[in-house]
Amino acid sequence: MIRLTVNGRLETASVPAGLTLLELLRDRFHLTGTKEGCGIGECGACTVLLDGLPVASCLVLAVEADGRTVETIEGEAIGGELSKLQKAFLEAGAVQCGFCTPGMIMSARGLLRRNPRPSDDEIVEAMSGNLCRCTGYEAILDAVRRAVEHDPSPSAPRHAHSPPQKEDRRA
Amino acid sequence: MPELRVVGRPVLRDDAIEKVTGTARYTTDLALPGMLYAAILTSPHASARIARIDVATARGEPGVRAVLTGDDLDVLLGLYLRDKRILARGVVRYQGEPVAAVAADTLDEARSALRKIRVDYEELPAVFDARAAMAPGAPRVHPELATYERMRGVFFPEAGTNVAHHQKIRRGDAAAALDAADVRIEATFDNPPVQHVPLETHAAIAQALPADRVEVWTSSQSPYTVRHLLAHAFGLPHASVRVHVPYVGGGFGGKAGLGVEPLAYVLSKACGGRPVLVSMTREQEFNTMPSRQGLTSTLRLGATRDGRLTALEATYVWDAGAYADYGVNIGRAAAYAGAGPYAVDNCSIDSYVVYTNKVYGTAFRGFGHLEVLWGVERAIDRLARALDLDPVEFRRRNLLRSGDTTITGEPIAVGHGSPRKCLEAVAQAIGWGLPPLPPDAPNKVRGKGVAMLHKAPAMPTNTSCAAVIKLDEDGAADLLVSGVDYGQGTYTVLRQIAAEELSLPIEKVHAVWDCDTAMTPYDWQTVASRFAYMGGNAVIAAAADCRRQLIDTAANALGVPAEALVCRDGRVCVASDEGRGLEYRQLALGFTFPNGNAIGGPIIGHGRSIATGLTNLDPETGQGRPAQFWTYGAHAVEIEVDTETGEITVLRLVTAVDAGKVLNPLLCRGQIVGGVVQGLGSALLEGFQFDERGRLMNPSFVDYKIATAKDLPREIVPIMIENPQPDGPYGARGVAEHPMISVPSALGNALFDALGIDFSSLPLTPERVLGKILEAGSR
Repeated sequence: MIRLTVNGRLETASVPAGLTLLELLRDRFHLTGTKEGCGIGECGACTVLLDGLPVASCLVLAVEADGRTVETIEGEAIGGELSKLQKAFLEAGAVQCGFCTPGMIMSARGLLRRNPRPSDDEIVEAMSGNLCRCTGYEAILDAVRRAVEHDPSPSAPRHAHSPPQKEDRRA
Repeated sequence: MPELRVVGRPVLRDDAIEKVTGTARYTTDLALPGMLYAAILTSPHASARIARIDVATARGEPGVRAVLTGDDLDVLLGLYLRDKRILARGVVRYQGEPVAAVAADTLDEARSALRKIRVDYEELPAVFDARAAMAPGAPRVHPELATYERMRGVFFPEAGTNVAHHQKIRRGDAAAALDAADVRIEATFDNPPVQHVPLETHAAIAQALPADRVEVWTSSQSPYTVRHLLAHAFGLPHASVRVHVPYVGGGFGGKAGLGVEPLAYVLSKACGGRPVLVSMTREQEFNTMPSRQGLTSTLRLGATRDGRLTALEATYVWDAGAYADYGVNIGRAAAYAGAGPYAVDNCSIDSYVVYTNKVYGTAFRGFGHLEVLWGVERAIDRLARALDLDPVEFRRRNLLRSGDTTITGEPIAVGHGSPRKCLEAVAQAIGWGLPPLPPDAPNKVRGKGVAMLHKAPAMPTNTSCAAVIKLDEDGAADLLVSGVDYGQGTYTVLRQIAAEELSLPIEKVHAVWDCDTAMTPYDWQTVASRFAYMGGNAVIAAAADCRRQLIDTAANALGVPAEALVCRDGRVCVASDEGRGLEYRQLALGFTFPNGNAIGGPIIGHGRSIATGLTNLDPETGQGRPAQFWTYGAHAVEIEVDTETGEITVLRLVTAVDAGKVLNPLLCRGQIVGGVVQGLGSALLEGFQFDERGRLMNPSFVDYKIATAKDLPREIVPIMIENPQPDGPYGARGVAEHPMISVPSALGNALFDALGIDFSSLPLTPERVLGKILEAGSR
């Protein structure tokens, strides 16, 4: 029997040793917002926060989450109110098919949790483990920039209709 | 035309809120009561006889409900050519081909039982190169080709060979014109097969129901095509097959036609009607599900000294892999587009779609055009160079303009888009003719390149589409269509059109998500960049039908002639006295007089559209009208190449597309940026690698890299040109596939500009680029 906190709620489960955290979340707790894209930790679609840090939940065993805190996309909106990050994804046009979106948002949440004022390089680095085949990433990076706390005004974003500035990225 | 209120605005997509909260349900998120899970055993050999399959042990494993092999199933499937089985029977034709399948209570049990299936194979001769497969005496992938049912008059398999289709285009006398040309070039180009890589792999749930009915939930671009092909394959009435499409996690062509639905259905039947989920692993997505075909092009171009393109002769050899699927139609469509957007009076194209013992090909964003234009646009640059002409100037002199005819004899009329405006726009934006800025370091060099693109929807001559709009009690509108919005944003655009036409705010027009062939009206399928165009026209007609019904009821209610009434801001009112009128909500279900009498009834409008004026192509000359409309575009790119590593950095990529009318600039930009980055994948990163026995060597994200956030160009500049399409909704034409096409060509041309080296094979990996740099240096 394992005990873990999922989106602020204490859960218990009896799990076989080989069950992954992804399977626990999706199949046992019916939190299907977390997606499986490859099953080998290469695409980022299954990203959740484990004790605040982004992990590929397909590579984490459920038993490893015993006694720990898990945050998924279902916990991102509080009381039906979208987070600033979720709103930024809407407004930036960062969503197309949407299959990568939960993982993208959780990676961004993990970044902002440990670094509320990331540089552009840090944003690209933090998001580069999440694959997207639809958007070309530009709008996703733009969304994360919008959500960054020091952004002067999320409702009047800096990059609404201009390409993002990335000159320093490869430095 | 009055000023548009909603169309043309950057309306946010309504599905995004479910997608950012994790509540959007995709096929694998559905768990039906009693649902079983399938696992698939695939062939380790590219070509082998199945000597024996022993499934007895597997059948007895815990949790197992059914085990099927090809011997249990006598059904041939296919879109244009019925050449494929649900599970291989007798022989396997590619490594990764499904051989047996298990349905069990859990996925673990299904996979565990799979390991208990014993298959004895006897390897057979195989052929992996499409050109080698055309040689006399090559092993035949389908010895029974001549017996297959096919779409006659459109596709021409060559019995006794590996050629699944041969498309000819003949215009003028290409051979004589080449002889007479002042300048000629000849070159060969290669594209490897690549994968679509939707983030959601193929998945379907099927439930066989009593009385030969079947219900399917599938991650598909094609609900009605799935229904039709299932009905046809299993001899069922169409109404007995009900296909639902929940949210779809990307498609890019790979989820058109039939996917894993037939397997889910036969497994469900074998399990007494329990619903069965078939969900492909990522490795199977690479290795078992179809890819983009490989292509080898041989081009001969001729021009006059003053820079007029006079001849183009091309041989396109498509590596179809083991089954024809969409490949034959790609070989056809890319042939009639196979001279680029140029006026060339003498053209001869032979496009061969050739079976090999590799994973099979299918539709992929661009439908063969990225592949042929990799060759054509590189060859155009080389011809310009041979003429000592600037590549932009050479293109300018030869682009199609009104009054010209295409290579199939289709006249280019006023009202076509403008390739010239696209070219001028990108040339200006990239600073064409100006020297590049100095590179970042001494070991780096810079270059610029341009490339043109064009594509028309590749669709049957009678392609059609319908839309239904029903009004709610509160006067809002529900929009029902069966094209799938798998990310491109068409539902948002269709809502905008409906809102405009019904004079409603966008918030009061709701798209009904989850297509359902029992509920939502017919659409051919969501491919070919024709959904906004055909769906848009159908929605305009459906809204007009709603307005007629609203006005009819309101005329009786108000006691005024219908001609005096207009729909405005959610009301039907007297045109000359707008204060006098009724709100839609008072009419939506019928109007009730104060005394209780009622008239009218629920308002449900329907509209439709169908392709017009298209013809089949002449089998010998390819002459005819295949294109409902042409979308033109151009890319210009500036790159920096590290001559020590071969690495290419894209500094700036400018893309212009003649959209006719931009219905939603935010979504249009999304299509352009997304397409360009996918095109960069084909240009720089992606390609299947096979070993000498035809085994795919890179079927995972570890070995097959797609672009990440780190691989973006430093700047992408979308430019939207608007020359209205006369028969398009608000003048719009399709733009979804186009941004991807010719991105590799522009990169290749820029690479020549930077290095003076011609590249003819994709992808342009650092290894390949550095290899050529070293080779050039040693000469």
